Amino acid sequence: MTGARRVLILGATSGIAQAVARVYAAEGARLALVARSREHLSAVAADLAVRGGEVVLQRATDLCEIEGHRTLVAEAEQALDGLDVVLVAHGVLPDQQACQEEPRRAVASWDVNFTSAAALMEAAAERMAVAENGVLGVLSSVAGERGRADNYVYGAAKAALTAYASGLGHRLRGRGVTVVTIKPGPVDTPMVAGRKLNPRLVADVDEVGRRIHRALERGERVVYVPGRWRWIMAVIRALPIRLFERLRF
Amino acid sequence: MVRQRAVEDTGQASGPESWGRYPRVAQEALPLAWVDDPLPSGAAVLPYGMGRSYGDSCLNAEGPVLLTRGLRRFISFDADAGVLRAEAGTTLGEVTELVLGRGWLPPVLPGTQFVTLGGAVANDIHGKNHHRAGAFGRHVRALGLRRSDGSLGTLHPGDPLFAATIAGLGLTGLITWVEVQLERVPSGWVNTEAKRFRSLEEAEALDDASRDTHSHTVAWIDGLARGRSLGRGVYFRGNLAEGPATPPRRPKPRNVTFEAPDFLLSPFLLRTFNALYDHLPRWRSRTSVWKFFHPLDALGAWNRLYGRRGFFQHQSVVPDMEGVRALLALTSTRGQGSFLSVLKRFGALQSPGMLSFPRPGWTLTIDVPNRGEETLACLDEMDAVVRTYGGAIYPAKDARMSGETFRRGYPRLDEFATFIDPGFRSRFWSRVMG
Repeated sequence: MTGARRVLILGATSGIAQAVARVYAAEGARLALVARSREHLSAVAADLAVRGGEVVLQRATDLCEIEGHRTLVAEAEQALDGLDVVLVAHGVLPDQQACQEEPRRAVASWDVNFTSAAALMEAAAERMAVAENGVLGVLSSVAGERGRADNYVYGAAKAALTAYASGLGHRLRGRGVTVVTIKPGPVDTPMVAGRKLNPRLVADVDEVGRRIHRALERGERVVYVPGRWRWIMAVIRALPIRLFERLRF
Repeated sequence: MVRQRAVEDTGQASGPESWGRYPRVAQEALPLAWVDDPLPSGAAVLPYGMGRSYGDSCLNAEGPVLLTRGLRRFISFDADAGVLRAEAGTTLGEVTELVLGRGWLPPVLPGTQFVTLGGAVANDIHGKNHHRAGAFGRHVRALGLRRSDGSLGTLHPGDPLFAATIAGLGLTGLITWVEVQLERVPSGWVNTEAKRFRSLEEAEALDDASRDTHSHTVAWIDGLARGRSLGRGVYFRGNLAEGPATPPRRPKPRNVTFEAPDFLLSPFLLRTFNALYDHLPRWRSRTSVWKFFHPLDALGAWNRLYGRRGFFQHQSVVPDMEGVRALLALTSTRGQGSFLSVLKRFGALQSPGMLSFPRPGWTLTIDVPNRGEETLACLDEMDAVVRTYGGAIYPAKDARMSGETFRRGYPRLDEFATFIDPGFRSRFWSRVMG
């Protein structure tokens, strides 16, 4: 691959997305950035420009408005003059308890974490398949591997997203487009700030950013970040249900 | 935003703590992701960056600390003029990594790269080049300050609130961004020399001979040597050098993940360890800026080597070498010193901050493992020596000095107090100012 990478990041103000974008920016990539808050987006864009990135598009929009997705992707493709990498990174970590009590809140979080993300992937895949080029990365989560009492509202959306990404990758086989499903464990970002987590299990966001960048560039299909989560989750998935239910973690 | 509450204890580390790991207090923490995040109302807050302040100046007994590490975006960089603006949670290491390849370096670098710009301002930090460059605050062109009344200001040198915020211990409001004038450097390499000296007179003579020829000078002192050996050590001096165009890579931080058992801290072992420095031959070499400026980072979380009880770092400045001699004599006879004592002569360049620590004279830094009451008593005696010689103690390192000691060292204290944001408070301030 020669020339500057053309990268579209959806949910560009998320902590993990920023870390990935920093790596691309330092390589001199061309970047199109989409997020909800105009102010935060421009702070991120300025940072990436200082680091060496060329930010060709900033779009402040609510990604839950699915009707706008096709236009958005087309616009980014035009501004970037093609799409090498698309990263779907927007998401929220809802309050499990509050969602149990008020189903609307759960549904609202699914709109962000699953519905809009899946629709966006489809919109991006459509353009990329036409060009027969590109890597489509999506931020899922280890939380989608097995529902746990503490965060199954979040986990359910991520499980659906993982399944969707798998199916999309399957469909696009041989069409020049690779789908990369990214499953981070807890990462030191504002999203998990304030949760009671074992500090040893919380990964450094810069390391996570570098790992995801590498996975996207290599076109790895499924990547756990950090890598140890692959084995941790394999064990957790394999636990007999009666044992699993007795554990609180 | 969600608040997190750390476990109150003296054992397992959790939640923000200071570098000396003393005192350990239950500390609520509130992470900031954006400069316009809402600040909590009610209890007074205190910004917390990398937690490299040693005592309690980065802790808050009465409310939450605001974790500023999420504010780490660059805002602008003029590579021709060497002017960089970044959010206040950006570390000096991140700045160095960005600008070194384009021939620039932060104008003042402390012993660790893991300090934020906000922390560098709030403590008006100094480095090995103080005799040439002065303290960090001299190089700040502008900064953003958010006050608890909702106001948001841009401050410049000359503004009274600017002078209060430089070395203002984070008490004048939340520093949101900092614009700094960088220093032009020929490469990422430093020509260094090390020379042994046998006495403080020799150290002073070396410094006299090096001040005009070397931009960076510092001495390591054997803090445990007594009698005729008192004041022996190694003098380091260096100049930024011509070197390969590719800058040296930023080393990956390593970490001490264990806490040293107490027996490792026995005076005998410290003395043995310390004697090693004295057996260094005289040498010259070319060192990367990362190694030269940030020797403390070679060991990662070296503070854990002092075990669970933590340690004190006593950093004072006294006008002349007599004060240094008195301090060393005191700590060595008490067996309270440690393997890393650092001596540096500050230059005459004045800091803009009302509470700036650097001033003409010698600054001596002694690590003192916490052995309880006898340690505290020894530290009080050290303070008395500093007062006698008309010196001052560095708040960024302090966990126990008296209000009287603080007041005597900082004549502009009352003036400073009028600029404090009523919504900001630190444990240091509550303790010292009551």
